[in-house]
Amino acid sequence: MTLFVKRLAKSENGFTKEEFSMFKHENEDSSGLYCEKLNVSINGNHILKDVSLKIPKNKITCIVGPSGCGKSTLLKTFNRIIDMTEGVKISGKIMLGSENIADMSFNDLTEIRRRIGLVPQRPCPLPMSIYDNIAYGCRIHGITKRKDLNKIVVHYLNEVGLWNEVRNRLQTPATGLSIGQQQRLCLARSIAVEPEIILADEATSALDPVSSKIVEDLFVRLKEDYTIVMVTHTLRQALRIADYAIFIYMGKVVEEGPAKEVFENPQNELTKNYLLGVFS
Amino acid sequence: MKSSPKKHRKKFVAAIAARVCMYLSLLAVFAFAIAIIWAVIRRGWQCITWEMVTSLPGGGFYIGKSGGFLNAIVGSIYIVGASTILGLIISIPAVFYLNVYLKKTSKLAYVARLAYDVLFGVPSIVYGAFAFTLMIAVGMRTSLLGGIITTTLLIIPIMIRSMDEVVKNVPDELYEASYALGSTRLETVKLVIRQILSGIATATLLSVGRAIGDAAGVMFTAGFSDSIPTSLTQQTATLPLSIFFQLSAPQVEVQERAYAAAFVLTIIVLIISLLGRFLTNKFSKHKI
Amino acid sequence: MNINSKRLLKEKTMGGAMFFITILSLLLVVVMGVGLYMKSSPIFNELSLLDILTAREWRPAKSQFGFFPFVMGTVWVTLIAIIIAFPISLFTALYLTEYAKSVVRKYVYPALDILAALPSVIYGVWGTLVVVPWISKKLGPVFVDYTSGYTVLAAGIVLGIMILPLLVSLFVEIFSTVPMAMREVSLALGSTRWQLSTKVIMKKSLPGIFATIVLAVSRALGETIAVLMVCGNVPQIPHSIFDACYPIPALIANNYGEMLSMPLYEAALMLAATILFVVVLVFNLTSRIVLRRISKND
Repeated sequence: MTLFVKRLAKSENGFTKEEFSMFKHENEDSSGLYCEKLNVSINGNHILKDVSLKIPKNKITCIVGPSGCGKSTLLKTFNRIIDMTEGVKISGKIMLGSENIADMSFNDLTEIRRRIGLVPQRPCPLPMSIYDNIAYGCRIHGITKRKDLNKIVVHYLNEVGLWNEVRNRLQTPATGLSIGQQQRLCLARSIAVEPEIILADEATSALDPVSSKIVEDLFVRLKEDYTIVMVTHTLRQALRIADYAIFIYMGKVVEEGPAKEVFENPQNELTKNYLLGVFS
Repeated sequence: MKSSPKKHRKKFVAAIAARVCMYLSLLAVFAFAIAIIWAVIRRGWQCITWEMVTSLPGGGFYIGKSGGFLNAIVGSIYIVGASTILGLIISIPAVFYLNVYLKKTSKLAYVARLAYDVLFGVPSIVYGAFAFTLMIAVGMRTSLLGGIITTTLLIIPIMIRSMDEVVKNVPDELYEASYALGSTRLETVKLVIRQILSGIATATLLSVGRAIGDAAGVMFTAGFSDSIPTSLTQQTATLPLSIFFQLSAPQVEVQERAYAAAFVLTIIVLIISLLGRFLTNKFSKHKI
Repeated sequence: MNINSKRLLKEKTMGGAMFFITILSLLLVVVMGVGLYMKSSPIFNELSLLDILTAREWRPAKSQFGFFPFVMGTVWVTLIAIIIAFPISLFTALYLTEYAKSVVRKYVYPALDILAALPSVIYGVWGTLVVVPWISKKLGPVFVDYTSGYTVLAAGIVLGIMILPLLVSLFVEIFSTVPMAMREVSLALGSTRWQLSTKVIMKKSLPGIFATIVLAVSRALGETIAVLMVCGNVPQIPHSIFDACYPIPALIANNYGEMLSMPLYEAALMLAATILFVVVLVFNLTSRIVLRRISKND
């Protein structure tokens, strides 16, 4: 069903995925994301301890765990947005292809952050029009021709199913959209710069159930093109959409593996208790 | 433990007395604001004529002959306009350097904010005296340029401090959203500026209001002149100084012109203040 | 890759420029202090700072530069201003934070805004129009035989009103850092709101109140035009609030025109400016550091 809609939307606007290959960046070897002995501390608090894990490509990976276990920190460390917090110290390796994100300078990070998109917990539209919200990322990364930008904006608004809702008000401020629409806009904005990986930090927690469902479906659909890593508070959501699961407790990876195995047949006592709802 | 009735009563008497004091204080605040504006506007309205606002001082102006204070109005506009632009050019980079390029815990940011606080507190007469010595040192005479420089120095801390307040209120999520797309800090600055445009406008208005009312600073540095300056090196009159000089003249006619000029200045300042309030209200409504 | 390096270059150069501008504007404090001091230093060849501050004779033509009357003038005027403004602003701020309904706030803040926005010269005009005649005709005769109205009191009143908005806004800021829980605890114990205000709010805010007064004093010290217009400008040590006086800023403003004509005159006036600068600097630094600490601890 969704695939059909997608194809329909595409044919309606007269372009295909191949057309977008021209915007694809070629320099990356797309060998996925993994980290080794990653340690993060904030103001002396050891938040992540010796985390080593591998994020499988073109899958939805769910990071679960009780609140305060460090799962958000882990996610924010992947694109080093965690640097905005005061007093952060990172050691260890986060490898994207052959590059170590953990010891990059701010300037190199700008390119990494293009390759790793982030969908925040609460949608945060940029202070500009709907059109410019999508175009912004492309502009700063070097696509400036109006014609190209038009194509990109239409394509990605379609991709998140927002095109028909906003096609008549592309030039109005993005703050005028509903929260659910804003979140989809933020998703469109982050995939418009053609990342390889999308990080989602409880991306549906601020949304109503209907919008939440729409965004969830989007993730499922997007995984054929992107690697998706999401932090989620709702176990049920993880059960629904995760292909791969990582359970974190007190800053340590307790269990990781295909979602089915982790959720249905957990090996570790802690994981079992968590899934049973003993602590959350 | 039960408090005695006497003590009990004392507690409420104190509370009522305090309440009365508060109402009186509030009343005083309103009364002062209204009394000042009322007195200045009423007196000014009696004195003002169209000629005063539209003509330059004629011969024998300062002993009560014909003419107006257009020179002062235009002089003030020149000085305020130029120094506002210069002030913005300096304070916008400084504010965003402190807020975007530097970390929140940065020592430099702390020292800088403290320094701007101090500069904000330095009286304008000291700015004037300092700028005057500076001008003597480089061989400059009192002039429009001198007035512009002094006023610029005077409003920089005002601009920086009020913009800093606005930038501090920008939500972290906006920075996060910007950086997550791979923006550099400079690109993020541009985004933040878009977000707080009306806040910047309010800060600018605030300093325009301050600049247009300042007399002590330009006294030393801009001099005074009966004509409208045609170059940066000529002396120029300003509204506050024109009020001050005319009011100290013994002739009633000259004093009346001072009241008229005070009327004009008050109206300008009130409009600026109202506009600022309007913008602030609008701003807080559209914030994300 | 090319576009990226271009962006990063832009980012770096602009960052450098911004850093430069920030440092430059910071240095203003230092340059100002040094510049003023250098201009005033010639006078120290003849007289010591203590001599100047305690001498009572002001005869520039004879190179006699006694600052004492001016210092006393400044002290008197500032004192009167604080005595007038402190209670009014304290009660207003308490009312605004602890009692007021939003309707009242809606009207009080614009009134304070207007008081803050009015230029000093307008206060001066108002002083000469209203305050001076009132003192010379109504209030003065009750206490003394004759007063011109251009007095310490007139300057104090005008100045007091001028510093009101600053005091109120800082007080409000300090009081609102007192945590809500503390208020609730006190009210739950059965205290009246006034007891809450005095025993909890004001007690907790005491350092902040002090710092605010210091800041207001430093603002009052430097106020020039308004004071100059109503203080009488007689270089004498005032003996009552109905005497004329001559504060330091007025001294500078009135005499800058002729200061280049007599030896050491310029140095003396610049010394006056330097003293103002140093006092304001010290007062501001101490009070701002205290205030910052308070607002951080909330």
